[in-house]
Amino acid sequence: MDEFLTILFDFLPPESIRFVVPFMKIIILLVALILGAAFLVFFERKVIAFMHQRIGPNRVGPKGWFQSFADVIKLFIKEVIVPSNADRFLFLTAPLLSLIPALAAWAVIPLNETFIIADIDAGILYLLALTSFSVYGVILAGWASNSKYAFLGAMRSAAQMVAYEIAMGFALVGVLMAGGSLNLGDIVAAQSGGILHWFWIPLFPLFFVYFISGIAETNRHPFDVAEGESEIVAGFHVEYSGAAFAIFFLAEYVNMLLIATLTSIMFLGGWESFFAGSNYLMNTSLEFLMEPSILWLAVKVSFFLFTFFWLRASFPRYRYDQIMKLGWKVLIPITIIWIGVEGVMFLANVGPWKVA
Amino acid sequence: MADSDNLTLNFGPQHPAAHGVLRLIMEMDGEVVHRIDPHVGLLHRGTEKLAETKPYNHSIGYMDRLDYISMMCCEHAYVLAIEKLLDVQPPIRAQYIRVMFDEITRILNHLLWLGCHGLDIGAMALFLYCFREREDLMDCYEAVSGSRMHATYYRPGGVYRDLPEEMPKYKANRFISKSKVKKLNYNREGTLLDFIADFTERFPSKVDEYEALLTDNRIWKQRTVNIGVVEPERAIELGFTGPMLRGSGVEWDLRRKEPYEVYDLLDFKIPIGLNGDCYDRYLVRVEEMRQSNLIIQQCVAWLNKNPGPVIIEDNKLTPPKRALMKHDMESLIYHFKLFSEGYSVPEGEIYCPVESPKGEFGVYIVSDGANKPYRLKVRAPSFAHLAAINEMVKGHMLADVVSVLGTLDLVFGELDR
Repeated sequence: MDEFLTILFDFLPPESIRFVVPFMKIIILLVALILGAAFLVFFERKVIAFMHQRIGPNRVGPKGWFQSFADVIKLFIKEVIVPSNADRFLFLTAPLLSLIPALAAWAVIPLNETFIIADIDAGILYLLALTSFSVYGVILAGWASNSKYAFLGAMRSAAQMVAYEIAMGFALVGVLMAGGSLNLGDIVAAQSGGILHWFWIPLFPLFFVYFISGIAETNRHPFDVAEGESEIVAGFHVEYSGAAFAIFFLAEYVNMLLIATLTSIMFLGGWESFFAGSNYLMNTSLEFLMEPSILWLAVKVSFFLFTFFWLRASFPRYRYDQIMKLGWKVLIPITIIWIGVEGVMFLANVGPWKVA
Repeated sequence: MADSDNLTLNFGPQHPAAHGVLRLIMEMDGEVVHRIDPHVGLLHRGTEKLAETKPYNHSIGYMDRLDYISMMCCEHAYVLAIEKLLDVQPPIRAQYIRVMFDEITRILNHLLWLGCHGLDIGAMALFLYCFREREDLMDCYEAVSGSRMHATYYRPGGVYRDLPEEMPKYKANRFISKSKVKKLNYNREGTLLDFIADFTERFPSKVDEYEALLTDNRIWKQRTVNIGVVEPERAIELGFTGPMLRGSGVEWDLRRKEPYEVYDLLDFKIPIGLNGDCYDRYLVRVEEMRQSNLIIQQCVAWLNKNPGPVIIEDNKLTPPKRALMKHDMESLIYHFKLFSEGYSVPEGEIYCPVESPKGEFGVYIVSDGANKPYRLKVRAPSFAHLAAINEMVKGHMLADVVSVLGTLDLVFGELDR
């Protein structure tokens, strides 16, 4: 990717290439993410409609493909209503505070061996910092709205995020131990060599906990108490309309993409092929299937996104205190125990990872 | 000055879980609810007063609109009360038809309840699955009365007309191909009874499907077990009826205890709960759907074998045949009298309850011998149930309020009347 962009901008003075190439990469990723989120909404509605035995959106564009764009246009031409007595500045800043970390987190995420905006060594730490940051958007939105429902939503969201952030962090510690690095590219490299070398087998409990915490972290069903449609109507964004609401919505879907991508990268070998290291495909016409590719990552991400929707379609919602109980009393102990187990495996040299 | 320790939250009347126009004033300490004050009356339409101003038959349609989820059961109570005052007995076939449609109504009501209760607790798919089955039952309503909801099908002395010989069918058009229509119409080729028989065969497996989603679901159990517990004695004191009372373990069902129509000839069981919590009431209602299905099957079998009149031939009470009116002076006069003045009901008063899906739905009529009731009073089961909400949710969390509201099975049409 870098070489391609360098060639593309060859006409510019050489010293400006340093700035232009990352900038172009950011633009490419942003467009991809926003389009991805738009189609993700459509995908979700279609998948859930299928599970509900409905048709789903089918009016705008061929088979309803452009439904999301119609929604976006609708939302952006609507008035952004600021409730009376709301803190106007915070009310309008809060959506940005939830979108910016969601997008910024993508800076350290590699999509294949070469495409990464900032290949920093403390990638996981950066991610932890930014995903924790997104809770501010929710809390400020709830507080600034001057509405009791929004306030309850914000309180629930804050408590929930704190609990699940810890489980998530411990799950990441396990990955960090197994991968021997905080850099996501290195973590994928540590998983090379086929489906049995991916971390989901030795770290299965952590994989499980990470994905569940991810669902809770993005406030998705069955952990969507912060929005809890039937209880607190829409929770923290109950007072938002138009573009401000659209930004919350976008942030939620970008976060879902982020969680799905991270789960794939850290536990399912990222862009590694399902068939890598398989003897059956060696020297046949299907050998290309063994190559690592961004498409493998896309397949894995799609699977996790589908799981998000699947859970949403089939489960009732947890109650607020039950979520906390699950987080503190089940998920966190599991991760702590498994980190211990992993340490023992590490010392006994059982795992598939190399001892440094 | 407001109490700074407590948060006062106004829940409704515009709220997704308010089931219509319920307004709750909640006093909460954080998420925990300390006191709930329900405000009712936002859907008051003065049905009882309106009934005093018009002949008896004109109010049958208003009864549908009381509990608009279990339409025919409300009609039933009203019609039954008039019949008792008049001391007439509908033909046996009419009684079977009424029982069959009462049970269809029960399934309709419980399906809507299950779907909405599920949706309140967050199980979204269930809502649409329930509505899929409701659609077929609505078609039965439509086939028999021409209306999908407000049927106005029962009359004092029987039912308005016999069951139709054929079901309405889907027609092919630009969007639905002939082959698809054929598939959609597969169970609509025969009579209405064939259609209902086909439904009763399919329905138990559908109930299994709902139960697969909920009954052993840990989240569902966490949300309903030990929520809104009512002790049996307290349930009786509070005036609970129907599944709310049976969920608490009191075996009381008017279909058994004071059988009306042909319920004493039919074979069915009364499910009761053990703990009186939301989960037990859920189980009771699901089992009631299965039992209703059995009753419908028995009615279909009987109705297929026994043709006959469905309304008494007393032209003071029921309209004469239209063909007869064309050449028979007397019939024309009867018709005119019936549709203008109506009929007079002997002086007296009567309270007549039926086991509606929500509980005891009763109609109390005071007649002064005129063609209109002197006073009509409706006993709505939801009213007593809502009155108990404060003690049912006290100490629970906000999310449980929604579970309890769902389990109460409120319909504001009858509650506010």
